[in-house]
Amino acid sequence: MNIRNKIDNLKKPFNKGEKWEKFAPAFNALDTFLFVPNHTTKHGAHIRDAVDLKRTMITVIIALLPALFYGIYNTGFQYYSQLQIEYSNIDVIIHGSMKIVPMIAVSYIVGLAIEFAFAVFRGHEVNEGYLVTGLLIPMIMPVDIPLWMVGLSVAFAVFIGKEAFGGTGMNILNPALTARAFAFFAYPTYMSGNQVWVSEASNVDGVSGETILGMLASGNSTLPYEPLQMFMGSIPGSIAETSTLMVLIGALILVYTGVGSWRIMVGSVIGAALTGMLFNLWGVNELMSFNWMNHLMVGGFAFGVVFMATDPVSAAQTVKGKWVYGLLVGLFCILIRVFNPAYPEGVMLAILLMNVFAPTIDHYVVESNVKRRLKRINKPIVNIA
Amino acid sequence: MSNDIKIKNGLTINLKGAAQNIIKKAAHPKSVSLNPSNFHLITPKVVVKVGEEVQQGDVIFFSKNDNRIKFCSPIDGTIKDIMRGAKRKIIEIIIDTDQNQSLKDSKSINFQDLSSEELKSVLLDSGCWPFIKQRPYDIIANPNDTPKSIFISAFNSAPISADLQIILEDQKEEFKLGIKVLSKLSDGNINICVDKNSSTFINEIEDIKVHRINGPHPAGNVGVQIHHIDPVNYGDRVWTLGAEDLAIIGRYFMTGIYNPIRTIAVSGPPVKYPQYYKTIAGTELNKIIDDAGIDLNDSLRFINGDVLTGSKVESDSYLGFYNNTLSVLREGNHYRMFGWIPFINNKVPSIYKTSFSWLFPNKKYDLDTNLNGEERALVITGEMEKVFPMDILPMQLLKECMAGNIEKMESLGIYEVAPEDFSLIDYSSSSKIEAQYIIRQGLDLMISEVG
Repeated sequence: MNIRNKIDNLKKPFNKGEKWEKFAPAFNALDTFLFVPNHTTKHGAHIRDAVDLKRTMITVIIALLPALFYGIYNTGFQYYSQLQIEYSNIDVIIHGSMKIVPMIAVSYIVGLAIEFAFAVFRGHEVNEGYLVTGLLIPMIMPVDIPLWMVGLSVAFAVFIGKEAFGGTGMNILNPALTARAFAFFAYPTYMSGNQVWVSEASNVDGVSGETILGMLASGNSTLPYEPLQMFMGSIPGSIAETSTLMVLIGALILVYTGVGSWRIMVGSVIGAALTGMLFNLWGVNELMSFNWMNHLMVGGFAFGVVFMATDPVSAAQTVKGKWVYGLLVGLFCILIRVFNPAYPEGVMLAILLMNVFAPTIDHYVVESNVKRRLKRINKPIVNIA
Repeated sequence: MSNDIKIKNGLTINLKGAAQNIIKKAAHPKSVSLNPSNFHLITPKVVVKVGEEVQQGDVIFFSKNDNRIKFCSPIDGTIKDIMRGAKRKIIEIIIDTDQNQSLKDSKSINFQDLSSEELKSVLLDSGCWPFIKQRPYDIIANPNDTPKSIFISAFNSAPISADLQIILEDQKEEFKLGIKVLSKLSDGNINICVDKNSSTFINEIEDIKVHRINGPHPAGNVGVQIHHIDPVNYGDRVWTLGAEDLAIIGRYFMTGIYNPIRTIAVSGPPVKYPQYYKTIAGTELNKIIDDAGIDLNDSLRFINGDVLTGSKVESDSYLGFYNNTLSVLREGNHYRMFGWIPFINNKVPSIYKTSFSWLFPNKKYDLDTNLNGEERALVITGEMEKVFPMDILPMQLLKECMAGNIEKMESLGIYEVAPEDFSLIDYSSSSKIEAQYIIRQGLDLMISEVG
């Protein structure tokens, strides 16, 4: 327990009534990262589950790692395979890491700095939610986005997306998608088109950075990719969204541990599949006749549904509400893809839209619960406005 | 007649140190206590002075709000101390017991010819009334009410809590007589809930409704049972009693003596001889603790009641009025380096599978009182519903209780819940919220605003 004693010594100036008392949340965040604290139960149940927010958030990060590692590999792979020069796997990984590690660093440094500042300012403990958000933001960006844009998007997401609403647990929109949406609308040339989805595509001739959905949207029906490639993920796209397989591994971890809502995931897949089938029958443009199974594998659909739509704070919170929310995310995702030529990918906007409507969905679920209770007595006692 | 009810949501927590089926007679206590904090929202008006001699059944204090509700001495003795806290609030009344208890004439009380009002006043004067509690609000029943039904849960599902069948084993006649007394107080049913997997003498009792409940904790909570059988609506009053409390009432009518015998299970991982003790409500704990082989040199927590809902007491303190379990846990005031990493620290059962404890569903655990984290904002949704077997939205109700929104609390079902129903939410919450505390605050708000 020597380390423990040292930390307790270091902690002294942060204790109540001492010089740096105000900065205690910042110190506590680091302290509780090293050690689960010695707090014992004060009210209520005298024993407690091993699970806490740190544990659930780290579980989500573990679930993200397969997609992240594949994203690093794929970034290098897309670049080198189009250059048509000799390359080894080491080159591929080095290229990917050089691009992505700095993005993650910027995201964590900027985001955590703001989180710590707000914790000190508001006098509450630092919440662990940003550990996930901070990793998600670089994973859903195009690889060549400048680092300062990552930083700015992070700042926007944390300030406007989260803290303005009261901090962790209060936000209406998913913070990671807020960051992406901010970059998408503020810097469209870096976030869309056919020059951004493969590393260095805008600088090096002979490297094309067009996504499958982009090709389809521009009316191109002969794809250079097989469905197996779409599933494995060796296609252009945002950093970690491409591999449906890796996302599925993450989904298994989330569902298995009980941390992520399987209802939302299954609901979204059903919603998207049904919508996709319907459009397959109709089949007026390329995206409509694109096989519904492939719709589930390309773009950010799988990644968004597994890691973004399931964000417990911004999703619907009731059991039935989660089904409705999931179905509608899937439906709107395909709908936006098919009908909106400006946005070949619809999952981001579909989830953000449903984030906004999640409280409404919950409202109706709660109302039906209240109505069941009122039915037991003959005349209603209260009217809920 | 019996009905089967299946409870799906919940969590069985297997702890080490469940009491074995041995009932010992505890040594005669040197002192006993009456603790007003056992009676929620009762303000005591004490009628005895320090040094005064009292007999078993003599009134010690009554409720200031309703002076018919009396609280009586469980034993012959002398008032040793009336301890007061801030604002002269009475904390505890301690009675030194007489070594030789006087022999009292035993004569049964005829209640068959009494009207329900007369019967109520007999119960009120005897000191038995505080055993009758009411839903909504989980407080001592108001003598002016007529309940629509009466519920008794005849089994415990909380971890390492007392097995009520063992406790009732030698009090069957008292229990049956208690039922007869109660049936005169309500026009509705007497509902007794038993564990589906156990055979009990209760199945053979006539003129009551027996419900056989199957499922994990909180299946034994009377609130859950009421919800599934005869839910409480606005304006309804349902009365509930503990199983042994009913036997105490029965004994009063059998002998004419208020004699609150308590059979308590002393249980918990640090207990060397976990077993049952026959003693008296409010008894001092130290002799029992000593006899059960508990080492006081360890840093331990003693709990009046079960580990999920009980209240913390010191080892030199006293048993509560209602408790059938004395639980003992090790204090968990230690640090764990990187203890938050998933899949290590598999020593705690969990509703999540972020540790491997789910691989061993029958393993018995040695939990301590560590919070295993820190309180955080409400982030994860859906986890409360997994351990809350009622058609009530627990998180929405908790949020309205925090906000103090009376209309919403009412429509979301506040009348049907008691703090104990939220004890598993306390346990399993990843944000470490104090659900029982929040619900108690909400209920108190309802009492003061709606009544």
